[in-house]
Amino acid sequence: MTILTEKVMTRDWARPGQNTLAVYKQHGGYAQAKKALELAPAAITDEVKKSNLRGRGGAGFPTGMKWSFVPSLEKNTKPRYLAINADESEPGTAKDRFILENDPHLLLEGIAIACYALGAHTCYIYSRGEFKYPSAVLDKAIAEAYADGIFGKKLMGKDFELNVYQVRGAGAYICGEETALLESLEGKKGWPRLKPPFPAVVGLFGCPTVVNNVETIASIPRIFEKGAAWFSGLGEAKSGGTRLVTLSGSVNRPGTYEVGMNTSIRELIYDKEYGQGLPEGRSIKAVIPGGSSAPVLTADEIDVKLEFDAFKPLQSMAGSGGIIVMDDQSCVVRSLWRVARFYAEESCGQGTPCREGQPWMARLIRKIEEGRGEMADLDNLVNVAQAIAPWPPIGLGNTICALGDAGALPVQSFVQKFRKDFEEHLRLHRCPLGNAPWGHFGEFK
Amino acid sequence: MSEPLFTPDEQKTFDAGIAELLSHYPPDRKSAAMLPALRLLQSLKGWLPPEGMQQVATKLETTVARAYEVASFYVMYHTQKPGKYVIDVCTNLSCALRGAEGLLTYLEQKLDTKAGTNGPKYFLRETECLASCGTAPCLQINEDHHENLTRAKVDALLEKLS
Ligand SMILES: Cc1cc2nc3c(=O)[nH]c(=O)nc-3n(C[C@H](O)[C@H](O)[C@H](O)COP(=O)(O)O)c2cc1C
Ligand code: SF4
Ligand code: FES
Repeated sequence: MTILTEKVMTRDWARPGQNTLAVYKQHGGYAQAKKALELAPAAITDEVKKSNLRGRGGAGFPTGMKWSFVPSLEKNTKPRYLAINADESEPGTAKDRFILENDPHLLLEGIAIACYALGAHTCYIYSRGEFKYPSAVLDKAIAEAYADGIFGKKLMGKDFELNVYQVRGAGAYICGEETALLESLEGKKGWPRLKPPFPAVVGLFGCPTVVNNVETIASIPRIFEKGAAWFSGLGEAKSGGTRLVTLSGSVNRPGTYEVGMNTSIRELIYDKEYGQGLPEGRSIKAVIPGGSSAPVLTADEIDVKLEFDAFKPLQSMAGSGGIIVMDDQSCVVRSLWRVARFYAEESCGQGTPCREGQPWMARLIRKIEEGRGEMADLDNLVNVAQAIAPWPPIGLGNTICALGDAGALPVQSFVQKFRKDFEEHLRLHRCPLGNAPWGHFGEFK
Repeated sequence: MSEPLFTPDEQKTFDAGIAELLSHYPPDRKSAAMLPALRLLQSLKGWLPPEGMQQVATKLETTVARAYEVASFYVMYHTQKPGKYVIDVCTNLSCALRGAEGLLTYLEQKLDTKAGTNGPKYFLRETECLASCGTAPCLQINEDHHENLTRAKVDALLEKLS
């Protein structure tokens, strides 16, 4: 049985008042920070390395290693910053929002520990502009932490100043990309920067900066509560801890769930603790495993574990944990159009292949889907995608930032795995599913 | 003489708000406060009127052109006065699989408008994934979020809009 027995991230969410400082502290809150702040900064980073914590923002990059890329103060005397990525905009993903709503102090406690380890005296939490309610909860939590002497001139009584500010975005998916996020924090439009240099060396205001996802940093207090060995032991292979995933689309019980790294996508979809399967008579057509940019899987490929490295043989990725299920009555061409339209809309426009290519792909898919297409359009579609980011293997993008790949990989994978469906649209000059392309749950009632 | 942009109370809120925001950034990086400053202006006036943009630029020691460059990049800023109710409906994949296209059509009919048209009362728009994928379909009315929508729920929401 690979159903999670011990909840880690969601452990306290059901407790009334958990998002207030009083209740958070009553149940041991900020004790982990107190403990960690007794350690030398380098020892904190070592613990995080040992825990096998990996970034939950999409790339699964080892967190401790990322922190250790920040140059020492002897080598670089500039101030350093921590930026928390709370921009959560990858289609299919809804998890960070619930951490902010249900347990904001867990994130703030993680920030206290991380900033101390990094020698950062300022942390900006960049939150999605549309997050009115989550942002209000977070603002209140930050104010409580200041009033209680946790943040401010003396971090929990230590001779270490720490200021934490929330900055709200304003509706631009690209600002989730870490260098676009930094540009936005500098008060500019969100145009990604060329890398290298990486933010750990030249980041916010030209200073060393670590960018981490909300879930990543909210995991830190747990590591200091029960130890790095416990945390890495919870996980699988080189992925420590548990994962928050969002299950959506054609399943009986969509929602945000905490799962073990060894839980498979099949278990997530069918287990009674999670998705509870598909309606009677429906079967799976396709599953997007890690946010809409992750290459799609067929029904035969879903025995994959949700651990970060398990997706490599499938040429896909665990990404941001957004798992989208399409049933056998939903149209994969129409689905891909929705995804392609998103990346076309959200391209920042800085580079030609992405700015021109994404809308071009969206138009071609729409043309095929509406029955106006011909075989040359399908070939053309693949060629455009191939020019932005060849696939497989994953990770060969030709663009300034990975939004290029994010838009090209769905196209490549959908066409490769469901070519017949595209061809059928071309042959019939219409959608085989007629006016009901969205499967069992697709009608608005 | 035209009306001043702010009432005296609004001016006070604006000035104090900007001063607070500037304290969050290094003193030589005033223009970093652009996003929150525009948000503050919009919260006071409902949109970003030109004189307000001028005030933001002056306080942040930058140009109006820069302020507009930022404002036009982000969809949540209104450089034109929007309808009284801005209704953003997510039509991305997870929501589409749970009836979002039907939801949009339903709203177009009920409000007698077309998505993308800015009317005096309603500005109905398609928007991208709102992190409600597991609780789809969803929409926001003037940034208030509503999820797990049904016809009955939408009817109840619309009834409250006068
Ligand atoms: C186009 C694009 C959008 C992204 N959006 C987000 C996002 O909304 N939230 C997030 O945490 N990371 C996002 N990322 C990943 C970030 O660039 C970055 O890798 C991450 O915040 C690092 O945090 P982690 O190491 O804790 O995962 C995005 C990346 C790209 C290329
Ligand atoms: S790949 Fe697209 S989103 Fe990224 S910098 Fe280039 S144009 Fe902008
Ligand atoms: S797809 Fe609609 S909220 Fe995510």
